[in-house]
Amino acid sequence: MDQFISLTLDGLTLGSVYALIALGYTLVYGVLKLLNFAHGDVFMVGSFIGFGTLQALGGAVNPVVPLWALLILVTLAAMAGCAVLGVVIERFAYRPLREAPRIAPLISALGVSFFLAYSMQLLFGAQYRDYNLFSASGGALFLKGFHIGGVRISVVRDIIIVSAFVLMAVLWFLVNKTRTGKAMRATSYDREAAAMMGIDIDRVIVFTFVLGSALAGAAGVLFALRVPTQVSLGFIAGLKGFTAAVIGGIGSVPGAMVGGLILGFAESYSAGYIDRVHFGGFHIWPAAAGTRWTDLVIFVILIVFMIFRPQGLFGRPDIKKV
Amino acid sequence: MSDTTPELPPGPDAPVTAPAIGRDEWVARHLERRLPPRLGFLEERVRRIPWWAWLTLFVGAACLLPVFSSSGYVRRIGFDTVLYMLLALGLNVVVGWGGLLDLGYVAFYGVGAYAYALLDSDHYGIHMWAVLSIPLIVVIGAIAGLLLGLPSRRLSGDYLAIVTLFFLQLFQTLATNGDQFLFGAGNVTGGANGLLRVDPLDFFGKELAVQHNGVFAIGYYFVGLAFFAVVFVALHFVNQSRTGRAWRSQREDPLAAEVMGMPVNWLKLMSFAFGAAVAALTGTLFASLNASVFPLTFYFVLLITVYTMVILGGQGSQAGVVLGAIIISVLLELLRDPGHARNLFYVLFGVGLMVAFRRSVRLPIVAAALIGFGFAAHAIAGAIRHSWVAGTAGGWVSSWVVVPAQLAAWVPPVAYIVLIACVLGLTLLRGWTRTVALVPVLYLATFVWENVMLVKPEPTRYIVIGIILVSLMILRPNGLLGEKRVEIV
Repeated sequence: MDQFISLTLDGLTLGSVYALIALGYTLVYGVLKLLNFAHGDVFMVGSFIGFGTLQALGGAVNPVVPLWALLILVTLAAMAGCAVLGVVIERFAYRPLREAPRIAPLISALGVSFFLAYSMQLLFGAQYRDYNLFSASGGALFLKGFHIGGVRISVVRDIIIVSAFVLMAVLWFLVNKTRTGKAMRATSYDREAAAMMGIDIDRVIVFTFVLGSALAGAAGVLFALRVPTQVSLGFIAGLKGFTAAVIGGIGSVPGAMVGGLILGFAESYSAGYIDRVHFGGFHIWPAAAGTRWTDLVIFVILIVFMIFRPQGLFGRPDIKKV
Repeated sequence: MSDTTPELPPGPDAPVTAPAIGRDEWVARHLERRLPPRLGFLEERVRRIPWWAWLTLFVGAACLLPVFSSSGYVRRIGFDTVLYMLLALGLNVVVGWGGLLDLGYVAFYGVGAYAYALLDSDHYGIHMWAVLSIPLIVVIGAIAGLLLGLPSRRLSGDYLAIVTLFFLQLFQTLATNGDQFLFGAGNVTGGANGLLRVDPLDFFGKELAVQHNGVFAIGYYFVGLAFFAVVFVALHFVNQSRTGRAWRSQREDPLAAEVMGMPVNWLKLMSFAFGAAVAALTGTLFASLNASVFPLTFYFVLLITVYTMVILGGQGSQAGVVLGAIIISVLLELLRDPGHARNLFYVLFGVGLMVAFRRSVRLPIVAAALIGFGFAAHAIAGAIRHSWVAGTAGGWVSSWVVVPAQLAAWVPPVAYIVLIACVLGLTLLRGWTRTVALVPVLYLATFVWENVMLVKPEPTRYIVIGIILVSLMILRPNGLLGEKRVEIV
C-alpha cells in the first residue's frame, strides 16, 4: 500500500509537469494547427533561466530574500523569459510560414529546437545544473511534509503539484472566461471566420505563445526543483508533453491536463510494478526492470490510442470538408 | 505573289515535341523567359542532358577521389558522405515524394545496423554471407516501416510525426536496455556498450578488409558508391512509375488523389517502407565498416542532419538531395577544425555579401565600411587596454577582429544573445537603415564567431545546422535544386 501511495504521488508530480508542457502544445496546436517542436526546448531554457535567477539571488544556501519569495521570483523570471522567447520564435520562425504547406513550419520548428538546444550548450555547457534546494533552510523542503499512511509527502512535492494545478486553473479561467480567451477559442474553431469577425489573429497567436511558453517556463522550474536540469532535457520533455497532448486530444485544454496525468501515472506505476507482470509465473520483464522500460509502456499507450481513438480522449474527430 | 514560302506542316519524321507528362511546360520553361536568350538556351541545353549521364559523370568523378588523395582521413570522409547520400535518398522518398514527416527515419538506419551486427558477428556466432543478410535486412527494414506506419492510420503530418518520433525514442530505449531483454531473452543488443566485432562485408565468404596496411581500405568506398548508384537508379525508376506519380499527386492533394481512386493510405505506407528499406541498407554498410554499433549513433542529431541535407538540396529532387548531403557532410567536417572553420566563415561571409548586394553600389560601400569599422574597433579596444586585443585565437584575422586574451564569463552569453537579437532586428529593417545597421552587426557576428563559437566546435556545428534549416524554410523552401511548388488554388 505504501508503495502504491508513493508511486501515485510520483505520478502526480511528474504528470502535473507533463500536463503543463502538454498545455503549451495543445494551445498552439489549437490556434495554429502547428506542432511546436521547439516547445520542449523552451521548457529547458525555462529551467536554465530559473537556475540563473537563483544564482543571481545568492543561490539556495544564502539567498538574499526569504525562501518563499525566492521560489516565486525564480518561477516568475522563468515564465517571463520563456514568454519572450516564445513570442520571438513565433515572430521569426513561424509567422513567415503561416501560409506555407503544413510540413514547412514543422521543419522550421525542428530547426528552432536544434538551435535552442545547442545554443544553450554553447553558452552554458552540457553539465547538469542542480538548484541545490536540498541545502536551503536545512533541507526543510525535502525532509518536512505531512504523512499519508507511512509515506511522507515532502514540501517540494506539495509546491510542484499545487502550483501546477493553480496555473492550470488560471489558464482555464483565461481561456474560458475572458474576452481574449473567447477570441482564442474562436480562432481555434475557424481562423478565417474569426478574422472576418474583427478578431486580430496576430494578437491572438502572440497571446497563445505567451501563455504556452510561460507555462513551459513554470514547468521547467517546477521540474528542476527536484531533478538537476541539462540542455538535452528539452527533447525528452517535449516528446512526453507532446505525447500527453495527443493522448488527451490535441487542441483540447482539459485533454492536455488529463493526458499529462495519464502519462505521469503510466510512468511511475510501470517503473514500480513492471517487473511483477507475469503470465502464469512467466515473467515478461527481468527483475528490477525499473524505469528502463517506461518508454515502451508509453509507446504502447500511444499506439493503442492511435488505433482506437486517434482524436484522443477529449478531441473532436476531425471531419474533412471539401 | 508573296515570296515567303508558306510554312509546311511538320512531316512524319519531324521531332515530336509532346509535352512531358505531369509537367507544366509553361512553368518548366520559365527560365527561358526570365534569363537573357543565350543563357536561357544554355540552361535549356543543360537541362536536356539526361539524368543517367549526370549520374555516370558523378559516380565516375567520385571514383577518382582515391587518385587525388591517398589520405585515409579523406577517404573515410568520402565514405561517410556516401552513407549520407544514401540516407538522404531514402528520406527523400518519404519527405520529398510522400510528403510525410517521418521523424523516426534514423531508427530504421539503426534497425539495419543492428540487424547486420546480429546476423554477422560473434555475438550469436552467426556469420551469414553478406549477399544473403543484406537483402534480408532490407526486407526487415521495409517491414518495420510498414508496421510502424500501420497504426498511425491518419498518416497526416502531425500524428505520423509524433508516432515516428516516439518510435525513435523507443528504438533508443530498446537498444540501450537490450542487454536485459524482455521475455528473458538475455543480452540482445549489448546495451549502451553496443555490439562489437561485427564482421566486415564479404562476397560469398571472402571478406573485404576494413583497413589495408593501417589505412582505410578504399574498397568500402567503391562498394558504397555501387550501392549508391543502384539505389539512385532504382528509386529513379520507382519515381517515374505509376507509384511515383501517385506519390507526388497525393502529396499535393491527398483528397483529390483519393477521389481519383488512388489508395492514399497504402501509397503513404509504401513510401514509408521504401524509405525504411533504404535506411536499413545504409545501416548494414555502416555496421560492417565500423565493426561496431552503439545506440546513440541513431538519434535526433543524425535525424536533423539528414533532414537538413534533404531540405537544403531540395525535397523531391534526387540530384538535389545528393548535393545537399555532400554540402552538409563537408560543412560539418570543416567545422570540426577551427582553422578550416575560420576560413570557411570568411569565404561564406564574402560570398554572402556579394549575393546579397549583387549589382548594387552598396557592396563596395558596405565592404569598405566593414573593414574600416573593424580596424577602428580594434585600434580603440587596443588603446583602452592592450589585453583586449592580445588573444592569439584569432589566427590571421586577429589584427582586424577584437580577440581578448581572456574573456569574462558574462561576455559569451551576452554577445551571443545580442547578436541574435540584432540579426532578427535586421530582418525587420528595410532600405538604407538596414544597410547602415548591417556593418556593426556583421562585425559583432565575426566577434562572436571568433571568440565564442570557434572555441566550441561541437555545438557550433549543430547551431549552424539549425540556422540553415530555419532560414531555408523561410527563404527558399524548395532548396537548391527542388522544383518550386506551384500553388493550387
